[in-house]
Amino acid sequence: MDIRAQVAMVFHLDKCIGCHTCSIACKNIWTDRKGAEYMWWNNVETKPGTGYPTKWENQDIYKGGWVKDGNSISLKGTGKFKGLKNIFHNPHMPVLDDYYEPWTYKYQDLFTAPEGDDQPTARPVSLVTGEHVDVKSGPNWDDDMGGSKDYARQDVNFKDLTKAEQEAMFQLERMTFHYLPRICNHCLNPACVASCPSGALYKRGEDGVVLINQERCRAWRMCVTACPYKKSYYNWNTGKSEKCVLCYPRLESGQAPACFHSCVGRIRYLGVLLYDADKIQAVASCNEDELVDRQLDIYVNPFDPEVIYNAKKNGIADSTITAAQKSPVYKFVKEWKLALPLHPEFRTLPNLFYVPALLPGMASVADGVYNTTSKSLWGGIESNRLPMKYLASLFSAGNVNKVSDVLKRLMAVRLHRRGVTVGDLKKEEISEAMNEVSMNADTADAIFRLTTLATFDERFVIPPAHREESIEMLENTADFKGSTGFGFKERPARGL
Amino acid sequence: MINYLLFVALPYASLAVFLIGSIYRYKMKGFQVSSLSSQFLEGRTLFWGSQPFHWGMFFLFFGHLIAFLFPSTVIAWNGQPVRLLILETSGFAFGLSALTGLFVLIFRRMTNKRVKIVTNRMDVVVYIVLLTQIISGLWVAYFNRWGSSWFAAYLTPYLRSIFVFDPQIEAISTVNSLSIKLHVVSAFTIIGIIPFTRFVHFLVYPIDYLWRSYQQVVWNWDRKRIRTSRNHREGVKSTNN
Ligand code: HEM
Ligand code: SF4
Ligand code: SF4
Repeated sequence: MDIRAQVAMVFHLDKCIGCHTCSIACKNIWTDRKGAEYMWWNNVETKPGTGYPTKWENQDIYKGGWVKDGNSISLKGTGKFKGLKNIFHNPHMPVLDDYYEPWTYKYQDLFTAPEGDDQPTARPVSLVTGEHVDVKSGPNWDDDMGGSKDYARQDVNFKDLTKAEQEAMFQLERMTFHYLPRICNHCLNPACVASCPSGALYKRGEDGVVLINQERCRAWRMCVTACPYKKSYYNWNTGKSEKCVLCYPRLESGQAPACFHSCVGRIRYLGVLLYDADKIQAVASCNEDELVDRQLDIYVNPFDPEVIYNAKKNGIADSTITAAQKSPVYKFVKEWKLALPLHPEFRTLPNLFYVPALLPGMASVADGVYNTTSKSLWGGIESNRLPMKYLASLFSAGNVNKVSDVLKRLMAVRLHRRGVTVGDLKKEEISEAMNEVSMNADTADAIFRLTTLATFDERFVIPPAHREESIEMLENTADFKGSTGFGFKERPARGL
Repeated sequence: MINYLLFVALPYASLAVFLIGSIYRYKMKGFQVSSLSSQFLEGRTLFWGSQPFHWGMFFLFFGHLIAFLFPSTVIAWNGQPVRLLILETSGFAFGLSALTGLFVLIFRRMTNKRVKIVTNRMDVVVYIVLLTQIISGLWVAYFNRWGSSWFAAYLTPYLRSIFVFDPQIEAISTVNSLSIKLHVVSAFTIIGIIPFTRFVHFLVYPIDYLWRSYQQVVWNWDRKRIRTSRNHREGVKSTNN
C-alpha cells in the first residue's frame, strides 16, 4: 500500500447555469497574456456539442490518451517511439483553427472615427496577427445549441446510438442540453506527463497537481497531443506549453481555485482523496467495462486505521488526513456514488468527477407537458430526452447501468425531499424509489444539504499547506531573502 | 594571415563561445531554451519543410561525425567503386532533402502572416547560414568529387589538430577550392551562434526519454529533510520547480 493524497474535484452538473463566470475568473488570473489569449484552462461546453477545441473527444482525430495494449497500456499517439519519430512535426496536434483565432475590437475607432452618417463601429481584429478578421468561431460557439446540425449532431458520443434514436433526439419537443464545465483533471495516470520527452511535466507528490516546468519545456508539444481532454495548451508566443495549475498558489494558502471560488451555481466541490498508488498500473490497464468500478476502488477509506497508518508512514501530514476525512469529494464519489469520471475510457484516471445532470436525462414530455412524476420517470428511462447511451458514453465508457444507477439515486433524493417539503406524493412511491437504490432518509438529507445548502467551507475542504511552510515547499526562503520572492525572474520573452 | 583568422581563430572563438554560451543559457535562461515550434500557427506546409529538412540534417550530421571519427573505416568502405557511389549519392540526396526542406521553411515564413509574427532577426541569420552551409556542401560534393575519399587527407587531420590544440592548417589552406573553405568556415560560424539562436534546440534532444519511466512525481516537500529557517543548508533543493 503506497498511500498518497490527491486534491480531487466534483462538478454537480444539475446546478451549472452555463454562465462562464468560472472561465472568466481563470482567464483574468492566468491566461490574459500574449500567446495565451486562445487558452481557456477552464471552459464550459454545451452537450450535445463538439466542444473546445472542436471534436476534442474524438481520439481518431487527435490520438490522445492511453489504449489497452495486451495486459498493459500504451499511449495512443505519442510515447517513446512514436514521440521521438514525430518530433520534427507532430501529426495529430490541434492547431489554432481547431480552437479559434482570438480577437479583440478596435474600440478606439469609436472615438476617433470622423463624423459621418453612419454609426462608427469597432471592427474585430485578430490577437495573433493584428489584422481584421471575420469572426467565425469562438471558445463557446455552440453555446446552448442543443440540437444544431453543425454542433450537436457532430457530437461523437452518439456513436452508440442508432440513426433512428439520434433522429428521435433531435425532434423539437425532445431537444435538450446541459452544460459541461471542464478543467484539467489532474489525472492519476496523466498522459501528458508520460508523453513529455523532456520530462518537463510532473505530478506534485503532496497534492497531485500536474504542472509543466516552464524552464524545461522545449516545445515538442507532445503533451498537447497526448492529453485526451485537450487541457494542455501551446503558447505560440513563448514557445512553451501551459496548462491549468489548479491555482496552486491559492491552494497553498488555503483558498479555493478561482473557478471554484467564483462559481455562481456553486456546482463545484474540492477535497482530498487518499489513493493507493500501487494500483494505478493495474487499474489503468483493466477491461473497459470494469474501468469505472476499478478506478473508484483505488480511492481508499480515510477512516480505515490501516490507511491512516500507511499514509503517515508516507509522510502525509495529519492535517491532510483530517481534510480527507471531511472531503466532500469523498462523500459524492465514494459514499454516495453520485459522481462519475468524464470519459474513463481514456485511461488517465481523471480526478474530476461529475454528478450527471438529472433532468435533461430523466424528464419526458407527454402532450407538451414536462413530466416529473416518479412513475413516468422510472417507467420510461428509454424514452427520456437524453438517451442513457449518450450519458454513458460521457461518464462510464458506455456502461448504461452506471449512469442510470446514479440518476436513480439522484431521483430518490428528489422524491424524498419532495415528500418532506411538499408532501404530495404517496409514501409507498417514495420508499419504493429509496429502497431500489438502498438509501435511507439520513443519507438523502445529507446529500440534499451538501448539494443545496453547503457553505464555502463545506464545499472546499483544502488541506492546509501551512502557509508559513508553503514557500518552503518551493524555495529555500533564505535564498530569496530581500528579493522579490518567487515568480518570473525574467520577462517571458520568446527565446532567440 | 587570413588563413589563421579563418581556420584557427574562428574555430577556437566559436568553440569557446559555444561551450560557455550554451551552458550559460541552459543553466540560467532555461525559459529560453525551446525549439520555438510554429506548428500551432501553421501545420501543413511545415510538414513538407520540417520533415525533409530535419531528416536530411539528421543523416548528414551522423555522416560527418562518422567520417571525422573513423576516417579509415570510411576509406576502406569506399574501396569498391559501387560502395563509394552509394555513399556519395545518398549523402547528396540527404543534402538535397535538407535544402528542399529549407526552401519550403523559408517560403513558409515569408508568406504566412501568422508565422511572420513569430519570426525574429535571429531566424533570418539562421536561414542565411544554413543556406550557405548546405549549398556549399552540395557544391563541394558535386564539383570536388569524391569528398568521402579525399577528406581523410585534408580535413580530418586539420579538424583533429584543432581538437588536440595543435592547429595544423597547411592542408586546408592549400586547398584551392573556395567552396570547401566556405563550408568549413560556415560550419564553425554555426557552432559559434548556437547559443544565440534557436539552434540550442538540438542540444536538448530528449534522448533520455528512452530510458526514463513514463510517469514523474516530484515531492517538493520532503518532510523528513525539510530545511528550517535555522538550518537552511540541510536537505536538497528540488530541481524540478
Ligand atoms: C535531432 C535533433 C533535432 C530536433 C529534435 C529538432 C526539432 C525541431 C522542432 C520540433 C522544430 C520546430 C518545428 C515547428 O515549427 O514545429 C525545429 C525547428 C527548426 N530546426 Fe530543428 N531539430 C533538430 C535538429 C536540428 C538541426 C541539426 C538543425 C540545423 C542545423 C535544425 C534547425 C532547425 C530550424 C532552422 C528550425 C526552424 C524551422 C522553421 O520553423 O522554419 N534542427 N526543430
Ligand atoms: S487532464 Fe490532460 S493535462 Fe490534465 S493531467 Fe490529465 S492528461 Fe494531463
Ligand atoms: S461559474 Fe459555475 S455555474 Fe457558471 S458556468 Fe462555471 S461551473 Fe457553471
